[in-house]
Amino acid sequence: MKLIDQHTKKIMEECKSRARDHGLKFDNQTLEYIVSNRDMILLSPKGMIPTLYDYWVDDVEVLKKEGEYKLYPSNPYETVINTRPAVSFYNDNNPDWMNIMIFYHVLAHIDFFQNNIFFRQTWDYDFAGKALSGKRLLDSLRSEHGRWVDYVIEFARAIDNLVGYHSKNAAFRFSTRLETSPEINFYFQVFLQELIKVPEHIIYKEVEKYNEFLMQNSTLGEKLFLAEVKRKFPEFDSKFKKYLPKKEREPDIIEYIVRNSAFLNKDQNKWMNQVIEIVHETSLYFAPQIRTKTINEGWASYWHDYLFRKDERISGHESAYAKTNAAVTSINRIGLNPYAVGLRLFQHIEEMADKGQSGYDYQKLRNKQERENFDKNLNKGKESIFDVRENFNDFMLFNTFVNQDFTDKHKLFTVGKRLNEQQGVVEYFIKSKKANDYKQMLINSLYHPPYIIINKEHTNENNLYLQHQFEGKQLYQDFIPDTLLAISFLWGNQVQLETTEILKKQNQSADFRRVIYTVKNKQITKVLVSK
Amino acid sequence: MEAEDFKMENNPKNKLSEDSISRELKMNESTQIHFDSSFYLELYMTNDFEVLQSFNHPHLSSQTNLKTLDELLENDKLRTKDGFSSRIRLGKLVKPLPGNKTQVVVVPTTTEPKFYHDNSITTEEQSTGGSGEGEEGEIIAKKQANPQQGKGDGSGPGQGEGSDHEVGTNAYDLGRILTEKFQLPNLKIKGNKKSLTKFTYDLTDINRSFGQVLDKKLSLRNIIKTNILLGNLDPEQNFSPENLIINPKDQIYKILSREKDFEAQAAVFFIRDYSGSMSGKPTEAVTTLHLLIYSWLMYQYQNNVLTRFIVHDTAAKEVPDFYSYYKYQVAGGTNVYPAFELANKIVEMEQLGKDYNIYVFYGTDGDDWESSGEKMINALRVMLKYANRTGICVARNGWTNGDTTIEKYLKNSGLLAKEPQFLRLDHFEANSYTQEVLIETIKSLIS
Repeated sequence: MKLIDQHTKKIMEECKSRARDHGLKFDNQTLEYIVSNRDMILLSPKGMIPTLYDYWVDDVEVLKKEGEYKLYPSNPYETVINTRPAVSFYNDNNPDWMNIMIFYHVLAHIDFFQNNIFFRQTWDYDFAGKALSGKRLLDSLRSEHGRWVDYVIEFARAIDNLVGYHSKNAAFRFSTRLETSPEINFYFQVFLQELIKVPEHIIYKEVEKYNEFLMQNSTLGEKLFLAEVKRKFPEFDSKFKKYLPKKEREPDIIEYIVRNSAFLNKDQNKWMNQVIEIVHETSLYFAPQIRTKTINEGWASYWHDYLFRKDERISGHESAYAKTNAAVTSINRIGLNPYAVGLRLFQHIEEMADKGQSGYDYQKLRNKQERENFDKNLNKGKESIFDVRENFNDFMLFNTFVNQDFTDKHKLFTVGKRLNEQQGVVEYFIKSKKANDYKQMLINSLYHPPYIIINKEHTNENNLYLQHQFEGKQLYQDFIPDTLLAISFLWGNQVQLETTEILKKQNQSADFRRVIYTVKNKQITKVLVSK
Repeated sequence: MEAEDFKMENNPKNKLSEDSISRELKMNESTQIHFDSSFYLELYMTNDFEVLQSFNHPHLSSQTNLKTLDELLENDKLRTKDGFSSRIRLGKLVKPLPGNKTQVVVVPTTTEPKFYHDNSITTEEQSTGGSGEGEEGEIIAKKQANPQQGKGDGSGPGQGEGSDHEVGTNAYDLGRILTEKFQLPNLKIKGNKKSLTKFTYDLTDINRSFGQVLDKKLSLRNIIKTNILLGNLDPEQNFSPENLIINPKDQIYKILSREKDFEAQAAVFFIRDYSGSMSGKPTEAVTTLHLLIYSWLMYQYQNNVLTRFIVHDTAAKEVPDFYSYYKYQVAGGTNVYPAFELANKIVEMEQLGKDYNIYVFYGTDGDDWESSGEKMINALRVMLKYANRTGICVARNGWTNGDTTIEKYLKNSGLLAKEPQFLRLDHFEANSYTQEVLIETIKSLIS
């Protein structure tokens, strides 16, 4: 691993200034390293963070990847990590023109990391440094507790996909001027809906009333409105006070266990909490990355294409570029390519905003010809893609912008698969060309960990009761027992999981049943929930 | 759960792991540095990390901390002692090469159990994306349902034929690890056939001008030839040996040489059912089992193993290598006897019985349309005459209760009780098989 040479660094700096001229924003400092393929294999299980803590599962992964590399050698182009300064890794053997393309791509990634609000929680510190101190801590704990450190890492990692990333990030998400006061929040979200349970139309009426108050008197409106509320509901004040302490952010499952486990809070086990905290932080750090894969790659592809083609330094290499670029960003006949879909969505958004097609005037048009010719020449394209880059993640990108215009333009469809027994072949066929189906297919393919909450009613210091909120997919059953054993180690007592199983018989509609797993003294039982 | 269950072991022996060793190394390193500075503290030797937070010295990089496969397996074994299940599995990656060869690499794999959504069982059908011309319902691509080409995955088995050197080495490694780490028995060979590669040192090679023993006859013949050519000797007349001119190169010696001597070798038949009912887990289980057995035999016979692969549904056919053996899937109904008859035929035609220790391993889900098993038992009787061991493994499907058709007629035939040395039968549930189950099965099939 070594830094790129001065010649290449100069190319990079030139790319930076050109990228800035077009509106990308990123820190001045970046580090670029040349790495061998073996370095890449070593780093990839650690999410490319060189300072991440050592763990045997990563070693297994490295050995496996070395085996894969023996059979299928390949050269990755680049990787960039969200640290301060941002670090990117390159292959040794890239020609200059290719480096220009890659640098633009990397700079757009860095711009995305440093401006997209889903990364907000990573902006205030350097993760590489934090990881290093975690690694040091774990190493010193290992010299005291040996392999038990690795067990604690393992058991904490068993639930590290259930961290409360969204609720934690949400604290950053909205500027305070948009946030209503706690009392108003409580009134609309809890008091009306949960405590006195008024019908929906009344809530809407109340919201309208509140807005009217505000419009008439922006400084005192809220107070006047609340005064009226209190007159109508004398119990409001006391209910609100009762609610106040609960306002704190709900702990996620890991945090809950750390705070409440009698086992972890014993003096001789307190060191385990430090280990768990490192795993928890690491997981939170990686959480936004996996939720912005398509939009981030799309953004980077958009910019490397846009900036590269404007760059006169590459003249003479246009066709080589075209070939490389096509390999990265072409849409597959069958399958999904995040670079391709993301790039085209950004181009689509830009075009729509340039022509003013995102407004209602356009959407209400039914005539195909009129729709095609609709162009208000607003030139809001760049502005709106920067807005998307700042505020959207993968789900929001798909959910908002995949429409029939988009799928028709790029001839997109969903593909189904069936077995033709007579010919002994698997057939792939065009299943649907409807934008909604395509959108649903994209959304279904997104990373989405199960939603599991702690049921406080059934939870006490002897029993931790986890409840899986069923969303159409059952949990992977082979892993349930081991995961529960891991949780029960940390909890130090009985753990229960309530979840739904799908019973699917051939040619029949699916049947569901709710079951409870219980693990106690390392014994696991499963019973049906009686209704 | 009682918290005490997980109490740390205080036995100092257990702590003598690589951690303490590496700590020792680290201590040596740092003391060395301190010695160089003659026992007193220098200005730049301290830093906040060490002084304020008593952190360790800067670390070995991840690369130097990387554990080897053997170390990882060693640690994995300790898990059982600590009351946790072992986590490392041995997988293999398979890549088809031109000319029906495949390359196999043995790799460790592991999983990290978490709560994940199971995408294979959902209420709706699976689909993916696509683009281009075409109308709804149009077929845009076809793929062979039983492919013989394609990228291997982590769960696939390896191959046989011993043709490709790399394959052999890897299967050999896997066999070694299986034998050592999972305490698989070493093979006992019945009869007077020996299984090990033997090196013999014998005076078999000849060498001019030096060596251990002079070959008088050959040397004399050469000397006479030379002297005739030189005109020093008239074949018509008597001669005196004193007058002969001796060229050192004409002296022929016998020289001691190391001879590789393959006295015994094994021929292994892998037979499996590839009928419709085998699809999915049973196939995976059986082929993985057979790969492990193959690897173990490669180790036992020091790579000197001849392998043959037979698959059957209602008819049997031989396939060229392990890769096709693994990849063939989901054909029609099930008749077992043709496969065994085919194996018998191959042994007879090629006279394998003479020179080889023959092993036959058969994997099935236990289904047979010939429910009496008459033809199958007849074929089996023939087989037992030449085979050192026939191991039949039934990977039971979820819906079977108790003995399957094959298990029933095998038990009824009395062969299992009569010939326990030569015939073994074992079964496991295909849906829940683990590496441990497979290892146990191998033990019962080969011990």
